[in-house]
Amino acid sequence: MTLPPNTDQVLVIACGALAHEITTLINLNNWHHISLTCLPAIWHNHPEKIANGVEELAIKHGNQYKNIFIAYADCGTGGALSKTCERLGLSMVQGPHCYSFFEGHDTFAAHGEDEIGAFYLTDFLARQFEAFVVKPLGLDRHPQLRNMYFGNYEKLVFLAQTNDAKLDEKARAAAMQLGLKFERRFTGYGDLATELAALR
Amino acid sequence: MSDDAQDDIILSELSDEELTLQMHDDLYDGMKDEIEESVNILLGRGWAPYKVLTEALVAGMTIVGQDFRDGILFVPEVLLAAGAMKGGMAILKPLLAATGAPQVGKMVIGTVKGDIHDIGKNLVAMMMEGAGFEVLDLGINNPVEDYLDALERENADILGMSALLTTTMPYMKVVIDTLVEKGIRDDYIVLVGGAPLNEEFGKAIGADSYCADAAVAVETAKDYMARKHNAMNA
Repeated sequence: MTLPPNTDQVLVIACGALAHEITTLINLNNWHHISLTCLPAIWHNHPEKIANGVEELAIKHGNQYKNIFIAYADCGTGGALSKTCERLGLSMVQGPHCYSFFEGHDTFAAHGEDEIGAFYLTDFLARQFEAFVVKPLGLDRHPQLRNMYFGNYEKLVFLAQTNDAKLDEKARAAAMQLGLKFERRFTGYGDLATELAALR
Repeated sequence: MSDDAQDDIILSELSDEELTLQMHDDLYDGMKDEIEESVNILLGRGWAPYKVLTEALVAGMTIVGQDFRDGILFVPEVLLAAGAMKGGMAILKPLLAATGAPQVGKMVIGTVKGDIHDIGKNLVAMMMEGAGFEVLDLGINNPVEDYLDALERENADILGMSALLTTTMPYMKVVIDTLVEKGIRDDYIVLVGGAPLNEEFGKAIGADSYCADAAVAVETAKDYMARKHNAMNA
C-alpha cells in the first residue's frame, strides 16, 4: 500500500509486535504527527529479514515524510539493522531488544547475571504465545522437546505493558507449559514511549 | 513415513544395505527406539562400531543437515533426529573407544559467558564426535578461564564457541583476545557459531572460521586438521 504524501508527518516503521502498543501511545498522547507502518511481527523469529525489510519500506516512503523512525532495537540482527539505519540516516530505538526497552535499558541491564536464565514475554508474546513460541518450536507436535529448548531456563518473566488479568493468566499458563517459575513485572511502555515522545 | 508403514517393517529381517537406508529414514523421522534397535542389530552382525557410526548414523544425519539447510526440515525435526542419533551414539561411544576408532582431533566446545543456549552447540558436539573428533563439552555460560583451562588440560586442537544472543556474542572476542595476550592464539583452531553471527563477525573478532551449522563445523574442522597435519609432515 502506498501512503499519501504527508510531509508534516513522522513515519514510524515498527515491528508488528509493537503495533498495538505504538497505536495506544499515539492515541493516548494525541501524537497526530506520527504515522505507523509495520513489518511482520513473526520476524521476531526471523531477525535476518529485518534489516532488508526496514530498508525497503524506508526507501519506498522516504520522500513522503518529514522524518522516518525505526521502532526496532537490534532485535537479533547482530548489528545489521543499526548499520542499515546509519547508511540511510535513520534513527532507531536503542538497546538490544524490546524486553530491554520496555523495562528501561538501565533497569534491564542491571539484572545482569541474575537473569541469564530468564525467558521473557511481553503483552504481545503472552497474547501470541501459541503462534510465536509453541508452534514455531514444534512443542504442539513434539512436547518432549520442551526440555531441550527450555531446560537451561529457570523462570519466565512476564514484562507487562498493561494491567490485564487475562494476559497475566496467559503468561502464567505459558510458564507452566514450559516448566518454569513465573514472575510478573509491570513495565508500562518504558523507553519506547520516551523515544516516540521525542519524535518531531 | 506413517506409523502403519513402520509397523510393517521388521528391522532384523532387513539386509545390511536395506537396514542402513532404513536407519537414514528413521533418523530423519526422529525414531530413537528404532535407531537403537538397528544399531544393536548391525553390531550383532559383526559391523565395527565405527562403520555403524559413519555409514548409518553420520550419513543419515548428513541428509538431515542438508535438508535443514535447504529449508525442507526445521529445528524441531532436526532436534528429534539428533535425539535419535544420540540414542545410537550412547550405544556406540564406549565401543568406539574400546576398538580404537580413528581420532581426527580434539575439540573443546562451550557456550559463552552470559548465555544459556546450547541447542546448536550440542548439535555441533554430536556431529563432531560422529566425525571422529574427541569432544569436551563445557556446557553453557563459560567464562574465559574455563575455556583456557580446558584447552591446556586437554591439549586440544580446536576451540569451539557458541552464542545465541547479540548481547553475549562479543564475549567470544574476550576469549580470543586473551589467547592472543597469552601468546597461545596460534596453538588452536578457533571456530565460532550461533544464530546472530556471520562470517564478517567471525573475521572481526579473530576467529579462524564462522560455521553456519553443524555440518559446516565438521567440514571446516576436518579441513583445518588436515592442513595442520600436512604442515607438521612438511
